[in-house]
Amino acid sequence: MQPNLSQPKSNIALRLFYDVLKGIILSKHQVALPITVSNVTKTYGAVYALDDVSIDVKSGEFLTLLGPSGSGKTTLLMVLAGFTRPDRGSLKFGDTEVIRTPPHLRDVGMVFQNYALFPHMTVADNVGYPLRLRNVPKQEAADRIEKTLETVQLGGYGDRGINQLSGGQKQRVALARAIVFEPRILLMDEPLSALDKKLRDRMQIELRHLHEKLGMTTVYVTHDQREALTMSDRIAVINHGKVMQLATPEQLYDKPENRFVADFIGDSSFVPVTRKSDNIIFDGTVLQTKQNLPESSNLVLMVRPERIRLLDVTDANTNEINLFQAIVTEVVYQGESYLLYAKLTGNIEIAVRGAIRDGTVKNLPKNGDTVTLGLEAGDTVVISDDEGNN
Amino acid sequence: MSAVLSDIDLNSKGLRADERKEKFQLFGLSLPALLLVLIVLIVPIAWLFFISFIGADGTFSLENYERMLKRKSYARIFQRTFEISLITTALCILIGYPLAYFMSQLPTKIANICLITVLLPFWTSLLVRTYAWLVLLQKNGLINSWAINMGLWDEPIKMVHNMTGTVIGMVHIMLPFLILPVYGAMKSIDKEYLKAAANLGASPAKAFWTVFFPLSAPGLVAGSLIVFVLCLGFYVTPAVLGGGKVILVSMKIASNIEIFVNWGAASAMGVVLLVLTVFVLWIASRFMRVEQMVGGK
Repeated sequence: MQPNLSQPKSNIALRLFYDVLKGIILSKHQVALPITVSNVTKTYGAVYALDDVSIDVKSGEFLTLLGPSGSGKTTLLMVLAGFTRPDRGSLKFGDTEVIRTPPHLRDVGMVFQNYALFPHMTVADNVGYPLRLRNVPKQEAADRIEKTLETVQLGGYGDRGINQLSGGQKQRVALARAIVFEPRILLMDEPLSALDKKLRDRMQIELRHLHEKLGMTTVYVTHDQREALTMSDRIAVINHGKVMQLATPEQLYDKPENRFVADFIGDSSFVPVTRKSDNIIFDGTVLQTKQNLPESSNLVLMVRPERIRLLDVTDANTNEINLFQAIVTEVVYQGESYLLYAKLTGNIEIAVRGAIRDGTVKNLPKNGDTVTLGLEAGDTVVISDDEGNN
Repeated sequence: MSAVLSDIDLNSKGLRADERKEKFQLFGLSLPALLLVLIVLIVPIAWLFFISFIGADGTFSLENYERMLKRKSYARIFQRTFEISLITTALCILIGYPLAYFMSQLPTKIANICLITVLLPFWTSLLVRTYAWLVLLQKNGLINSWAINMGLWDEPIKMVHNMTGTVIGMVHIMLPFLILPVYGAMKSIDKEYLKAAANLGASPAKAFWTVFFPLSAPGLVAGSLIVFVLCLGFYVTPAVLGGGKVILVSMKIASNIEIFVNWGAASAMGVVLLVLTVFVLWIASRFMRVEQMVGGK
């Protein structure tokens, strides 16, 4: 349903105007689709790969499914793509129910973990494959292939064979093939896991930019929490086939809803605390916090190693700081930072990370020293000790 | 100066010697096979080549080749050989490719059982299998009497000692040679490719023809070539099931020696068959790399 705009031929300014207009109109018409997953369950024998999962992905959102291997995140992606048939549940793209639609009619782009580029075709043939299936005229297809290859910075690579490409280039071709037919939903299954770290870091940013540019609803699967934090609008943490928490990266990191999320995202030490009405108590002292306590009576204090710090005796202002006495058990030098392990009362181990500047190393405590650790009230996060059952 | 040189030299002489020794050992291991090839293959072929140019009077002559050109019956024999080989290969593809596809989609355990049943005929003598077909196909054989009892046809159908019987027997013997390379090629096709094709909008049939079939083609070509080339020189089965009515090159060679004791004529036919076979392989190699034919990538 494109509006009929006849294209002015000579005037360059008019032409530019036309292109901009066309861009605006097309982008309005080619909206991304929201995805609604409701009560999807998939069992393999007695094992629940997906246990009554419901997720809403907003239109144009970059949502990451994050979880350990075997958590069910890939199963969920395969349900979205249509390769895994769930036992029950509903899946909607926009307002259309698609749970029983076969994969080739779903019109979603997908980047596979090992790219799945057809080895008997050139780069251009791979990227053009979905266009050929849609009977796009040859010349238009060639233009779109080249344009998409330029989008992924592989302009002019069309004639290459797949085996002549490096890992990063294959990754880009796979991406180009998944977006060339302008699907309104893009699925990615650990697309960066086969790349080395430096390339992976760069591709994360590039994928993010590309998503902003194309605006398609994107569901991304990874087991790498840093990748998830870097790229996502929102992250669904999945374990044992259940969504543990669905939130923005900041919320997940700062306010995890349960112990699993706190443990899986970032490093944390956990300190058991007791609750007396609205007070939380550790070692006989009431801890200051700015947070509303969770419902559960079974609480732990989550301590991020970079949020707790070694206090100098000269630190006068201890307002709104919770203090802990601890005995140092291990000091590890890690280049940009040090990692210090210490034991609180009751043999509870806690990790402290600090940046290293000139003179830091000299002044670090030794094993067996008693130190004072400070945790600001705003960083004092108490969470339910349950493994998570929402 | 020399002191500096020996410093640079370090152990390089010794290391080079080790390298040579290793290569020599490797060569030594392949020596028996090389000798065998030389004695049972190169020498006899050279000998064959030589006597094909010896005439009836014991001197150098082209009469063996001239005879083949002059007499129409020789051309017909070669034509018939190629025809039967082509038909057999085509039937093997028609039967073997779907079977290999079916097996490649089965779980490994069941697929292995199927593979054993495919290989089972190899453990029985070729002659036994061929005579078994004779028993099945002949006028009062199992198939004819069963079909007549069932009322499928009234008169016994002639299924042996003709082209039909020859082709049936040859297809049966040749089938495993086609199935194995095709199955191997299919097994090595990553299932993700088909998923990717489906995801990009290909119906199952479309995905098969655009992705699966092209990727299995090297195995199919390899298997077809093996079958075709083996058929060109096949003797036992066509001799028994053809019953003398279907004359192939191999049988003519045999009769040249057994009946006419004309080694020169037999050798010339052997040479022509060899050259034609090599020509077929050469054409095939123009279209694909040789290592692809034997299952490599």
